[in-house]
Amino acid sequence: MSIMGVFQIAGSAMTAQSMRLNVVASNLANVDSATSSTGQPYKARQVVFQATPVNGLNGPAQGVRVSQIVEDPSPPRMLYAPDNPLADEKGYVQMPNVSVVEEMANMISASRSYQTNADMMNTAKTLMLRTLALGQ
Amino acid sequence: MIQNLDKHFNFLQTALKARASRQELLGANLANADTPNYKAVDVDFRQALQNALAGAQHGAHMQLTHRRHLDGAQGGFLDADVKYRNPTQPAIDGNTVDAEEEMARFSENGLHYQALLTFTTGRIRTLQQALSNN
Repeated sequence: MSIMGVFQIAGSAMTAQSMRLNVVASNLANVDSATSSTGQPYKARQVVFQATPVNGLNGPAQGVRVSQIVEDPSPPRMLYAPDNPLADEKGYVQMPNVSVVEEMANMISASRSYQTNADMMNTAKTLMLRTLALGQ
Repeated sequence: MIQNLDKHFNFLQTALKARASRQELLGANLANADTPNYKAVDVDFRQALQNALAGAQHGAHMQLTHRRHLDGAQGGFLDADVKYRNPTQPAIDGNTVDAEEEMARFSENGLHYQALLTFTTGRIRTLQQALSNN
């Protein structure tokens, strides 16, 4: 049942894209979190996608999964705020290395991909229903 | 005639299976539009269908040594049929999926699948008409 495979594949992609959207939300929400449970400023996170075989399919068609979530190694943004209790002796506070512009672009890309996969599922559903109505 | 029913539907059945498998492949391409190093795949449909038909006709079946063994001819393509697509504008992360092109092919393939379903329905109707007694 190859058409059923489309459901599985689109489903895996939608899960992966929504995880990406979650990570974007986390990054945007923490854009000003100068400190965290570790005492360090929040670090931007990115998902890593990996093509993976999905359940019940052994053909060449592959789904997607999030293989890992990596932290952005770039240095923190330095903000001059001498009145902040977290400021160093020169008056600078380490702020998260989140790039708002990058995250917004990431968000749009993720939501577009999610939409594509939802459309794909819809098409598969139509085909499946028409197959079930075969001969009527 | 009744022995020929299998032959009667053979082409449509094989073509439907092949279209469904291709739909799955194109779906996988779209699903992996953001996966680094993923290479878009597709089949030369004419060649793949010919291979599938040849397999169905000449009985390229696996030898079954137990009644619960599954036949190998479950539809789907041979590995040799599946090829990487020539990328028009590969991304820097090694991904070669062109989402617009894949979407177009996905819709086109879906339409072909529906056309085959219509043809199959027509054949079934013809047989039903021949079988009915009025």
